[in-house]
Amino acid sequence: MPAEGLLAASWLLIALPLAGAAVLLLGGRRTDRWGHLLGTATVAAAFVLAVACTVQLAGTDGRSVDVELFTFISAGELDVTAGLLYDPLSAVFVLLITGVGSLIHVYSIGYMAHDPARRRFFAYLNLFVAAMLLLVLGNSYVALYVGWEGVGLASYLLIAFWYTRPAAATAAKKAFIMNRVGDVGLAIAVFIMFAQLGTTSYAGVHAGVATLAGGTVTAIGLLLLLGACGKSGQFPLQAWLPDAMEGPTPVSALIHAATMVTAGVYLIARSAPVYDETPTARTVVLAVGAVTLLIGAIAGCAYDDIKKVLAYSTVSQIGYMFLAVGLGPAGYVAGLAHLLAHGFFKAGLFLGAGSVMHAMDDQVDMRRFGALWKKLPVTFVTFGLGYLALIGFPFLSGYFTKDAIIEAALDRGDTWGWVLGGVAVLGAGLTAFYMTRLMLMTFFGEARWTDGVHPHESPSVMTAPMVVLAVGSVFSGALLVSVFPLSGWLEPVFGEPAEAEHVVAPAVIGLVVTVVMALGVLAAWLFVGRREVPVTAPVRVSPVTRAARNALYVDTINESLFMRPGQWLTRALVWFDNRGVDGAVNGLAAGLGGSSSRLGRAQNGFVRTYALGMLGGAVMVAGALLAVTAG
Amino acid sequence: MSASLYLVAMIALPAVGAAVVAALPRERSLLAKQVTLGVSLAVLLLAVLATLAFDPGGERFQLTSSISWIPDFGADFALGVDGIALVMLLLIGVLVPLVVGASWHEADAGPRPPRVFFAWLLLLEAMMVGVFAATDVLLFYVFFEAMLVPMYFLIGSFGGPRRQYAAVKFFLYSLVGGLIMLAAVIGLYVVSTSQLGEGTFAFDALRQLDIDPDVQKLLFLGFFIAFAIKAPLVPLHTWLPDSGAEAPIGGAVLLVGVLDKVGTFGFLRYCLPLFPDASRFFAPFVLVLAVVGILYAALLAMGQSDMKRLVSYTSISHFGFIALGIFAFTTEAGTGAVLYMVNHGIATGLLFIVVGMLIARGGSREIGDYGGVARHAPKLAGAFLVAGLASLALPGTNSFVSEFLVLIGAFPERPVFTVLATAGIILAALYILLMYQRTMHGPARGVLLEAVDDAPAGPPPTGGGGATAVAAAPAPARGVLRVRDLDRRELAVVAPLIALIIGLGVYPQPLLDLIEPAVSATMSDVGAASGGTDR
Repeated sequence: MPAEGLLAASWLLIALPLAGAAVLLLGGRRTDRWGHLLGTATVAAAFVLAVACTVQLAGTDGRSVDVELFTFISAGELDVTAGLLYDPLSAVFVLLITGVGSLIHVYSIGYMAHDPARRRFFAYLNLFVAAMLLLVLGNSYVALYVGWEGVGLASYLLIAFWYTRPAAATAAKKAFIMNRVGDVGLAIAVFIMFAQLGTTSYAGVHAGVATLAGGTVTAIGLLLLLGACGKSGQFPLQAWLPDAMEGPTPVSALIHAATMVTAGVYLIARSAPVYDETPTARTVVLAVGAVTLLIGAIAGCAYDDIKKVLAYSTVSQIGYMFLAVGLGPAGYVAGLAHLLAHGFFKAGLFLGAGSVMHAMDDQVDMRRFGALWKKLPVTFVTFGLGYLALIGFPFLSGYFTKDAIIEAALDRGDTWGWVLGGVAVLGAGLTAFYMTRLMLMTFFGEARWTDGVHPHESPSVMTAPMVVLAVGSVFSGALLVSVFPLSGWLEPVFGEPAEAEHVVAPAVIGLVVTVVMALGVLAAWLFVGRREVPVTAPVRVSPVTRAARNALYVDTINESLFMRPGQWLTRALVWFDNRGVDGAVNGLAAGLGGSSSRLGRAQNGFVRTYALGMLGGAVMVAGALLAVTAG
Repeated sequence: MSASLYLVAMIALPAVGAAVVAALPRERSLLAKQVTLGVSLAVLLLAVLATLAFDPGGERFQLTSSISWIPDFGADFALGVDGIALVMLLLIGVLVPLVVGASWHEADAGPRPPRVFFAWLLLLEAMMVGVFAATDVLLFYVFFEAMLVPMYFLIGSFGGPRRQYAAVKFFLYSLVGGLIMLAAVIGLYVVSTSQLGEGTFAFDALRQLDIDPDVQKLLFLGFFIAFAIKAPLVPLHTWLPDSGAEAPIGGAVLLVGVLDKVGTFGFLRYCLPLFPDASRFFAPFVLVLAVVGILYAALLAMGQSDMKRLVSYTSISHFGFIALGIFAFTTEAGTGAVLYMVNHGIATGLLFIVVGMLIARGGSREIGDYGGVARHAPKLAGAFLVAGLASLALPGTNSFVSEFLVLIGAFPERPVFTVLATAGIILAALYILLMYQRTMHGPARGVLLEAVDDAPAGPPPTGGGGATAVAAAPAPARGVLRVRDLDRRELAVVAPLIALIIGLGVYPQPLLDLIEPAVSATMSDVGAASGGTDR
């Protein structure tokens, strides 16, 4: 239905942070003094507006509101209207983005206090929020695509924020390029929609998708998945995400953990009517999720860089979400609940990691941490709660949301269900292992600090957001599953939740997962907690460890498969173009002129060549006239 | 002034202006620049007035005027615009004053007086307006050839070290194409004589001819080769990197921004409506050239170390997209192609201008001679980034709309070609971001480095050529980067282009409303389907 009241002004959600970014970028140094406050205020205002919009939405019939803005592109049969769709699914994301976004803006005031370019940081952060809101609020695949590449730009700018460091500049470029590979898939999916259905709006595409041939729908589903894999760091496009940790830590928390990287999950959930028609594409989503879940968890066990461990953990947790939404109607809500809970605890963990780095002179090597729990009590407690939520400690958020995914997988009742459920349980054990390892190396054991480091707790402008997120990490799971069930709120989007026949009783699953988790914790204590941690990583390790440290050699494969051949091809083509094509054309010209002198030597006086050209032209005129007369 | 005189005035004013500027005494350089700027702004005003007077839903050709020119041949000095030509005139109107601003100090240091440079520039503007506004094929041909002369001298007299080579190469390629086209123009005249009893060059009369398919093929090729050299399609492209690299920045902007578009404009105006059967016959062949060009030129762009050559290759890749849009024969793709012609002029124009500003500071065109500039010249880096993002067609910039329209419009008719072309957007991201990262990011290095223990620099050198003195000093291993950020003149040049990039990226519909009816008419001439339906 058309928008009324506050919802009609929901475009302000995007306009506010966008205006903030514009003022900060164009205002220059004049805005240095208050730029961070303006940036935070626009996102906080957007959050307040989002809450009010959601309240109004809850009272509307059908809980779905269209906001038409203006004609974006209209030519021939193509008609793309810039418009927003406010429904329960977008509302959930808007709250997550503006809520967590506000907290991280506040945190950044402290974290970036000593950076001379803090204003630029807040400008980019605002730009990100605006693009992300467009991504989830747009009412067509084109609007989504605009937001989709917009967040890609913001991500590029923020990863490269400290661009004088070559590693940061390279990581930013890598992220953008790998995302573009996915974007090609998304773009072609949109082309197919227009070619087959004449529209790109969600309403039009979702209404018409059932009339399409099965192969076409599968193609759309797989191409959308390619886009989702790029944005969400899923196999085979996951390699950019750990490198993206070169950006400032608040960026890792907001963009590369809580919001942007979950856009792929949003895309698949939003395209539920497409995936409902194509079991083949859904199976591929499942496989991608399961494979990525394991890759991320394995790599997470081996890294010593605290942010990289958290990054691989993100890769792995989004794998859970892909697995969930790949299950179809049984899994959408479970996947989104995990996404929201993950938004809280992973953002909290990253902010905690930032606080630790703040205390340790920006070091990230956990082998140089240890015994920090006494020095950083607030960070320790909030980080610890996030840790417990992530590994699925009973009755914290991850416990509810991860178990729901495992449950939904097993409820398939077939072999696939057992395989996927098994993978998910195994992943839970690995998660417990690598996160416990991280906790032990960072907060417990002996202090292995480098000389001159004097850890201190962060200022309250940083710890306050961490506390809020820790509270969310503890309670969000229970809230989303039982108190304010997400399934009920999302009913207008995904339909009424079906009463599933449980293959395994939920209580049994909860018990098994808890036992596996405890084994993971125990293993970490045996391998890491009991022993002394060497300050440099051991060199003589098993091939398995070496493979894990290299993230299963994905970068090596990418390099030898695409990068190096690409460089060779480029070099060969440059040679070919200079010698081959140019030479051939020049040679032809010289040959036609009956002269062996190269074109390059005809510099002094082009009259002679001009005359030859005239002659050639005259011959052709005559030829044309003959041809015409003959015709 | 009557609306029908706008087009005449847009040709006469810069032509007269050129003569005035050329006649000024040598020492009145500033006056020459001011007159040039004033004339080019007046042309912009005329272009805007012409747009306001144009009714998108009205006759195909508007603002028409015609006087008898060579009565014996039935050739008229006939002017008029459809929506396609009109947006090109707007582009010329916008770009020339900015080019004047960007080239303010271009010729100050050279052996030839600046007034010569600016006189050629104004003459070029007159010829460019003429080539888009002509509705008589012979008149079009005359402007098409005459346009070469001012550009030849802009490159040959004011260009880089290999300017002579580049200018001759440019001239010869264009000349060969032009002569082939002349043959076809005469052939067309012969056909009109036999069919109408009296020969004519009037476009509207020629469009009514019913030409034998085999003759169509020959005549099509005559026009096509000339246009494929102008908007270079691979493998006729090798003159452009040399010209683009050696031309002075202002010349390069107008060369790839406007002059080359005469080729793609010619496809739409002459090849498709006059030779519809031949167009359909050759379309698969042209599409192969277009898609090969997109990918091949993008890969080559990645391999360039010279920034101006790199930008030239990106343009060749972009011309492939435009050709794809035209020869897919759908209204959506064709409209996208015309919008692409305008947007590419703006985006690549800005890219060339910013690259030129960087080169003016460092005195080198090599990417490897720069590094870490962003930290010291954030405004320059920002303008560079916006230009680059527009070049890689990021949503929110103008180029996205046109590239998206081309691809989505071409897909229903030509899915395989379109999918291959879409892969080009990855390469576009690569060539832009590689250049940006190497010059703007990373630690400070390259020709702009100065030793730390130097005395603080005096007032920054004014003028484009002035900063080259910095390059002469050997770069020490340790040093600080000294680079001027954009000054007011430079900001005044880049700001309107950035505003257009973002403005047309968010709200392109006014231009699309101008373009679509003319493209739709062209596509019905060629008997094409309007896309959006399953093939």
